[in-house]
Order: sequence, then C-alpha cells, then structure tokens
Amino acid sequence: MVKFTSDLKFMSEFQEERIHCYRVLDDCGQPVSDEFVQIDEETAMKMYKYMVTLQTMDTIFYEAQRQGRISFYVTAIGEEAINIASAAALHMDDLVFPQYREAGVLLWRGFTLQEFANQCFGNKYDNGKGRQMPIHYGSNKHNYFTVASTVATQVPHAVGAAYSLKMDRRDACTITYFGDGGSSTGDFHAALNFAAVMEAPVIFFCRNNGWAISTPVMDQFRSDGIVVRGQAYGVRSIRVDGNDALAVYNAVRVARKMAISECRPILIEAITYRAGHHSTSDDSSKYRPVEEIEWWRVARDPVTRFRKWIEREGWWSAPAESEIRNDIRKQVLHVIQNAEKVEKPNVGEIFTDVYDVPPSNLIDQEKSLRETIERHPQDYPPDFPTS
Amino acid sequence: MLIFKNLEQGIRVIASRAYSYTTKEMTVLEALNSALHEEMSADPKVFLMGEEVGEYRGAYKVRLLKKYGPERVLDTPITEKGVIGWRRSCPRLNEVEEILNKYMLQAIDHIINSAAKSNYMSAGQISKYFANTIIFRGPNGAAAGVGAQHSHWYAAWCGSCPGLKVLAPYSSEDARGLLKAAIRDPDPVVFLENELLYGESFTVSAEALDSSFCLPIGQAKIKREGKDVTITAFSKMVGYALQAAEILVKEGINAEVINLRSIRPLDRSNINASVRRTSRLVTIEEGFPQHGVGAEICASILEESFEHLDAPVERIAVADVPMPYAANLERMAVPQIDDIVRDVRRACYRSSLLAAAA
Repeated sequence: MVKFTSDLKFMSEFQEERIHCYRVLDDCGQPVSDEFVQIDEETAMKMYKYMVTLQTMDTIFYEAQRQGRISFYVTAIGEEAINIASAAALHMDDLVFPQYREAGVLLWRGFTLQEFANQCFGNKYDNGKGRQMPIHYGSNKHNYFTVASTVATQVPHAVGAAYSLKMDRRDACTITYFGDGGSSTGDFHAALNFAAVMEAPVIFFCRNNGWAISTPVMDQFRSDGIVVRGQAYGVRSIRVDGNDALAVYNAVRVARKMAISECRPILIEAITYRAGHHSTSDDSSKYRPVEEIEWWRVARDPVTRFRKWIEREGWWSAPAESEIRNDIRKQVLHVIQNAEKVEKPNVGEIFTDVYDVPPSNLIDQEKSLRETIERHPQDYPPDFPTS
Repeated sequence: MLIFKNLEQGIRVIASRAYSYTTKEMTVLEALNSALHEEMSADPKVFLMGEEVGEYRGAYKVRLLKKYGPERVLDTPITEKGVIGWRRSCPRLNEVEEILNKYMLQAIDHIINSAAKSNYMSAGQISKYFANTIIFRGPNGAAAGVGAQHSHWYAAWCGSCPGLKVLAPYSSEDARGLLKAAIRDPDPVVFLENELLYGESFTVSAEALDSSFCLPIGQAKIKREGKDVTITAFSKMVGYALQAAEILVKEGINAEVINLRSIRPLDRSNINASVRRTSRLVTIEEGFPQHGVGAEICASILEESFEHLDAPVERIAVADVPMPYAANLERMAVPQIDDIVRDVRRACYRSSLLAAAA
C-alpha cells in the first residue's frame, strides 16, 4: 500500500551507507566470524586445485598467444575464486550462460585441458568446429552455453532457459555471468525485468572487476555498484567479496536454493579486480597504474588467500603446492603441443550448421570450392584437409 | 477497433466466385490464427509470446489464451530485445514469437547474432539443446499513415543473413501454409506479415483448409501466367501486380506474376525459368531500393539468364526517403498500380517517353 505524504522530498541518489559486502575469510585467509558453514576437505581441495589449474592455464595460454601460436586469449587472472567457487556451488544440471571470463566454470565441469587447447587452436577436434575465435568455448555435455562475443546477450537467454526449467519443473536453475560493463546494456535491463515478472529461477552473477576494457566503474555507472539495481526490478540481491572463495561458494549455494524453491531470480554482485589485461589485444598499463595492478595481483590474490585457509586447516603444504604447480604446468604445455600439431577442420565444415539441412546454394558452393581446390592446389595451404 | 475492409486498392485473388462447400473465404488474419490454433493443438511444445498489439489482434490472442492457457500464450513486458533474447534459449520446440516486426530493429541483435548465427557458431550444439525453431512474426512495412519508424520493410535486411529463413505471405492460403511450414521448420524464421492485408479476404481451397496443409519454403508461386514480361512481387505488391496485369492485358501485354512467398531462400530457379520464357523482368517491393530484394533478383538474372534478357531489369521500390505520414506524401512514396503499369510498359519498350532516370 503506497502511503501519501505532504513532504515534497526527493529520494537521495545515494543511500547513507553503501551496501555491505559479504565475506567469510579476511585478506589473510582467516575466518572473520565464528559462525561459518564449514565446507568439507574434499570440496575445498578440489576447489583449490582447480583455481591453481585455471591460473596456470591462463598464464601459459597467454604466453602462447604472445609467441604467435594462438591468435587471441582472455584470462581470468584475479577472478579464480569467482570462477571455481561459483561452479562448485552449482549442480551439473544447472545451465551456465557465460560472458567470456568464466572458463573456470567449464573447467570445473569437466572440460579437459586438451579440449580447451583444441578450441584455441581451432583444430579438427574442436567441438566448435573451428567456427569461432579462441576462448569461445561451448559444450552441451557440460551445460555450458557457447560463448558469444556480444556483451550481455547471454543474460536474457539465461532467463528464457530458466523459465523453461520452471515449466518442466526441473530441480535446476540457470546462472549467467557478466561484468560491470555488461550491466550497462539494454539486455541487462530487459533480462532482469523479465526474470522478475516471469518469476524465472536464474542467478545473475555480476563480476564487478572495476574495468570494462579501459572504462573504470566511475565512468560506467553512478549507482552504488550493481547490487542496488536488484531492488529496482524486484530482484533479491547480495554483494559479496569476489576474491573470497568461501563467500562466493556460500552465496551461490544459497542463491540456487532460493531461485529453485521460490522460483525467483537472484542478483549477486561479486566485487573483484581484473588483474590481467582485458585480452591479449589490450595493454592495461596504458590506462591504469602498474602499481594498482601489481597490488591486486599480489596482495589480493584470491588463490593465495584460499591457500592460506586450507593450510591453516592442515590440508595443504608448500611441497604439495610446488608439486601441483609443476604437474599442471607440464600438462598445459603438453596439451598445447598436441593441439598445435592436429590438422584443422575439414573444408566441408564451412557449409554445415548454417541451417538444419544445407540449402542447395551451399551444396553448389561446396562442390565448386572442392573442384577449385583440386584444380589449383598450389593456391591453397598444404594443411588444408578436404576429406 | 480497427477492422480493415477493402481499401481503395481492393485486392482480390482472381478466383472462381462459385463457392463450393469445401472452400472458404478467409481473411489473412483468420488464416494466420487458424494456422496457429492447429499447430498449437497438434504439438504441445508450440507456444506463443509477445506484446499486445491492438484490439483486433488482441481479441484473437485472447481466444488462444483461453484455449491453451497462460503457460503457452505469454504476454510480455515491452522490450523486443528482451522478448527475443529471452526466448532464444527456451528449450522448447517451435516457438512463435509475435512482435511488431516494425520494431524488429529493437531486437535485431538477437535475431541475427543470437538466432541466425548461433547454430553455426556453436557447431550445432545450441540447436541440439535448445531447438532452433523460432518464428519472429508480426506486421511489417507501411500500414496507412503510421510514419517512418512504423513503415520499414525488413525483407532485404533479414534476407541477406545466412542462418535465417525469411517468408512473406500474400494471400490467406500463403499465410496458412507458410506459417505452418515455419512452425515445423527447425531453423529460425522471420515471418513478414502486412498489416493492410490482415483484413483482406481470400478464397481458401479445401486442401489448404486441411490441418496437415503446408507450403514448401523456398518456392515461389506463379499467380498469373504470361509470356511478355515477368513481374516478381511479394506481400501486398502481389495484389497490385495482379491488378496491373489486368490493365496491361488490354494493351496486349501479357504479364507473368510471380508471388515470391520466400525471400530467403529465394526461388532463383523458378524466377530464372520465367525470365527465360518472357525475356523481361520487373521486380516490385515495398522496401527501399538500394540493396533491396529486387537488386538481388536482378543480380541472379544477370548471373544465370543474361543472354535471355531483351531489356534492362526494372526495379520498383518505395521512394528512397523515410516514409512520410501525410496521406498524399505517403501515396507518392509507395508503389502504386499505375507505377507498375508504366514500368512494365517501359520494360516492353512501349512507353511514349523513355525517362532518362528511373
């Protein structure tokens, strides 16, 4: 019931205090409160190992791009906790609609290092058939919707998919990731509004990492981050410390329960920092101080913070650390070498999947292309598989 | 609220006036709704969503809503981008998306980047999971006095995009057959209706009334056979072309009128076959001239039937201006029957003045 007032008073553009940020571990990996929901050793160890794997994979693939072996790469450096902890809190039946900085979610779900490499090299084992740039992973098997370069288009998609899970009465939700920049788009607005009206079980996960390529958050919005927008749409929301793996894990776990049992959308804003460049096409030292980057990379590293906690729990040690890092490093180098040697997809794949059934003009074009290649082999690269 | 009776451009299919009890007179709107009803009852996975568009269409939606319930007939908030994007990942087969196609530009990113391209970009994974079947339908092009932003024809823009199928029905039979085909088709379809045709009545054959009736996508129909010139048209312009043909036959010009029905895939073989018989071509569309459907048809003829042409290809399109509102200006901006007649005469070298510019 809306009450009337005779006070000509405007609501302030700012609340008195910024929305509080939920955390479980402090910057040194110490629990901040005595009441905390313990996670078991097995889950914690798995999470840590995958965070290390993601960090290692990102570092080496980035180097591979610099060496000219792949054309492009995007890292999630600084966001390992968001990637792995959120994935760990979900079930395999939950559908993931990523932006492009969430390879860790796919990694957690079982996409192998070799499969990542195959996609980046666009070879014939790439389950994307060499159709897209590196890091545009997608896998039906892992319920991970194919990455598209367009910003935030996945957000309304997630809502539709969630609605359909609701219609089918499935015990599953969808989760969609986007950045602070993505929250400025029209798609974000449409998606949140729809989700609230349609009562769709979707988790909107905003990785507020401070930068949208070179645009700092100050130039992106003037609201108190993204969390305050939830209420504007009638969506329950929370702000969490994105570099605290346990906080992310807990928040997503509870959000999932609420989304499914109450058939409602939930907005999570995870505060973090994009410690790497936007992509290999970017040099962020051009628009932000190197000291800032270094500070976040070292003092606020989410992997280190989680490691301190698991060491304190007695589950981890320095020798184990160097062993696992060496081991993963070797694996990543190995998969890159393998992927590099594999031949590219068959030329026929240019024409498939445009439609369900290839139309006559594409059949003709393929025939004509094959004839041309046969007649002028010297004009085509030698590693051009035609059969 | 607005019932469109026959306008001054009274369009009627030239058909037998003897009504058999197995044929029926049906407006295009009735035809579309009958198709929707039949497909929705045959397949529980078909569902409809969109924004309310006006009382006369709302009334039909209400009937569908009563019969199939709110889970299958959804009214949505006003954001085309949201509607299309939302649906894009609904793992339901055969979804019919009703938007005012004139507002398609609000959702064009999702129609092209999310719907048309995603099967290819995901190497078939997305459609295996989410079923690519989605129809974007709604009124397109000029209605009467609705101004520039409500009068845009999207045939050319959507028609250039691989991954989409683009259909433009004319008669009630087209409307039924093509909508049913679109619903059953596994690829995303843009279904371009025309607001001024909704109230037009056409005779529908018994065969077309059957619930299994379906028209093939990618096949044009020769509405009127002729030997002197081929006229291609789609949607409302088919009616104009037929009327122009009736005027021309009195002057001894026997025009063949082709109803394209399908913009993508374009029925190049039938159009070329017709031009090889007549040696002359006039294309008509209600869209802008540059990069239009007529331009593509002309290119196709030049590539495949060049030696058969006895005259340059004539293109008729709307004026190259945003559509004006005032009735007199709008009439001048949209192709009229006398424009078609004049142009066909020129293609047949019968005009008294050969204009220097089109």
